[in-house]
Amino acid sequence: MIVKILIRNAFRHKLRTSLTICGIAIAILAYGLLNTVIDAWYAGVEASAANRLITRNSISLIFRLPLSYREKIRSIDNVEIVSYGNWFGGYYKDEKNFFANFAVEPNSYIKLYPEYKIPENERTSFLKNRRGCLVGKKLADSFGWRIGDNISLISRIYPGKWEFVLMGIYRGKQKSVDETLFFFHWEYFNEMIKKSRPFSADNVGFYVIGVDNPENAALTAKTIDKGFENSLAETLTETEKAFQLGFVSMSESILDAIKLVSFVIIVIILVVVANTMVMSVRERINEYAVLKTLGFSGRHIAILILGESILITTIGGMVGVMATFPAARIFSYAVGTFFPVFNVTKETLLQDVIVTLIVGITAGILPTWRATTIRITDGLRKIG
Amino acid sequence: MDTLEPIVSINNVTKTYKRGDQIIPVLEEISLVINKGDYLALMGPSGSGKSTLLNLIAGLDQADKGVIEVGGIDITVLSESELSRWRVSNVGFIFQFYNLIPVLTAFENVELPLILSDLSGKERKEHVFTALKVVNIEDRMSHYPSQLSGGQQQRVAIARAIVTDPTILVADEPTGDLDRASAANVLDLMDRLNRDLGKTIIVVTHDPWAGKRAHTVKLLDKGVLSDDSQDTHS
Ligand SMILES: Nc1ncnc2c1ncn2[C@@H]1O[C@H](COP(=O)(O)OP(=O)(O)O)[C@@H](O)[C@H]1O
Ligand SMILES: [Mg+2]
Repeated sequence: MIVKILIRNAFRHKLRTSLTICGIAIAILAYGLLNTVIDAWYAGVEASAANRLITRNSISLIFRLPLSYREKIRSIDNVEIVSYGNWFGGYYKDEKNFFANFAVEPNSYIKLYPEYKIPENERTSFLKNRRGCLVGKKLADSFGWRIGDNISLISRIYPGKWEFVLMGIYRGKQKSVDETLFFFHWEYFNEMIKKSRPFSADNVGFYVIGVDNPENAALTAKTIDKGFENSLAETLTETEKAFQLGFVSMSESILDAIKLVSFVIIVIILVVVANTMVMSVRERINEYAVLKTLGFSGRHIAILILGESILITTIGGMVGVMATFPAARIFSYAVGTFFPVFNVTKETLLQDVIVTLIVGITAGILPTWRATTIRITDGLRKIG
Repeated sequence: MDTLEPIVSINNVTKTYKRGDQIIPVLEEISLVINKGDYLALMGPSGSGKSTLLNLIAGLDQADKGVIEVGGIDITVLSESELSRWRVSNVGFIFQFYNLIPVLTAFENVELPLILSDLSGKERKEHVFTALKVVNIEDRMSHYPSQLSGGQQQRVAIARAIVTDPTILVADEPTGDLDRASAANVLDLMDRLNRDLGKTIIVVTHDPWAGKRAHTVKLLDKGVLSDDSQDTHS
């Protein structure tokens, strides 16, 4: 019967309850999307492997390292694979068609990134064909590229028209894998550079190093950097995770702003629900007094009010969570490759649930306290 | 009801209210005995403390001083939660504004006090039907309060008050919000509860029609209780 009263009370003011539920749904949706945006920012960090190191020029990313370092790095203990590449900075047709593209040494690179699933025949033809390129599924889909297509990119850094043939499309083994990348042969890249500006040739933007065991990563990174101390180009080696975090930290203030907005949303929704509950309980204070007169305890009243508050927020929360998935898909589509990985994670859903419950309980506390502490005779005098 | 057995005995009860730092004396050294099967009306001008006295007898409020025994139990020494449990089985309440729960049907409203008892679902239903039959409103039992007239709501409220078979029935201005015909109907019903079912009834009213129905009338004025000058035995 208590539950019956609770549920019927929740829907007594249909308009008020619907508006509150809408408010909660929108807030939870916004909260979930903002969380997903933050996750998208950290996608590179999430996807990094503990056994991969990135070596770059210690001065800055735009300075390069000699190709000759490759052999020296390979000879260091615990190093299993060495690959390398250059940021190409290319775009397709129009500058606004932005996506990440790299010239990489393909054999070693593919070995280092087993999370890229490439069909066997495509892998072989990509490795064989020096003009071949390998792209992520999401990227290929967004431009409608098919295997065998000729693709030309224009680079902001390297002049000329660069022609490629699409040889392979990879998919991620997990959802966290970026499927918007574009890779081509470093060999081809270096030859073109040799022709246009020979002094820049035989330089790489970064090395990717596979270590035999993640436990050795830190030590190996130190050994590499020590090996190139006082040389012409000193190196900075860090784990892939640290490297990616470095990128994220560049946008730290934006992320902080987003987190602040998320928090503000929660506070607003708390106020909205609390207001609804305070209003409802004030109108019914006389009814709660009647229940107490009939012998119902403060605990019963608390169940009635907190339960109603939690019921309303839970419905709103559920609507919000369900709306998050299509909204995230639309959002992801709208921003294109800006957030290569844009998935609503389990953690986000869990946080949605926690926030919903916290709001539901907190919003009910004040009215519960009022309704349970008011003296029966005072409550009865308030004619609803 | 020939043997006079006291069911309520009030001894030197004093009650004050605090409003800010002002102390308002409401009842001063009140003493009163109500016998089993009695039908007592408390009358007097507005603000004289009738409701306050009724609330004390019903265990809704606590006296500053004095002893109130109901059915042999001194309720002034009970804690709030003990009082709450005591009320469930000892007091039936009838209010001026019926005070039914709007989201429950007439049937559910009458069933409400029984939830706290340890009756089975089936027994509860039987009790509710009996009570609804006594007040003659079975045909409206699945109506919500808003679908009932004032008189019908008050009859449902009376069913709710008697469903637990309490020691005493207390009614605060039970006809105060009703038209003459509905009021008469409710008063007839209360007569029957007293006469046929032997219920002890204490009613607060300033309606002379309601007062006339009672066996005993007590006047409360400025915190002091006196017998009615013209006795109005029915
Ligand atoms: N909860 C309360 N707090 C403060 N004063 C009260 C309270 N209840 C009643 N009073 C005061 O006590 C006096 C008696 O009230 P009440 O018992 O309701 O009178 P009656 O029922 O005879 O009209 C009034 O002056 C009223 O204002
Ligand atoms: Mg009164």
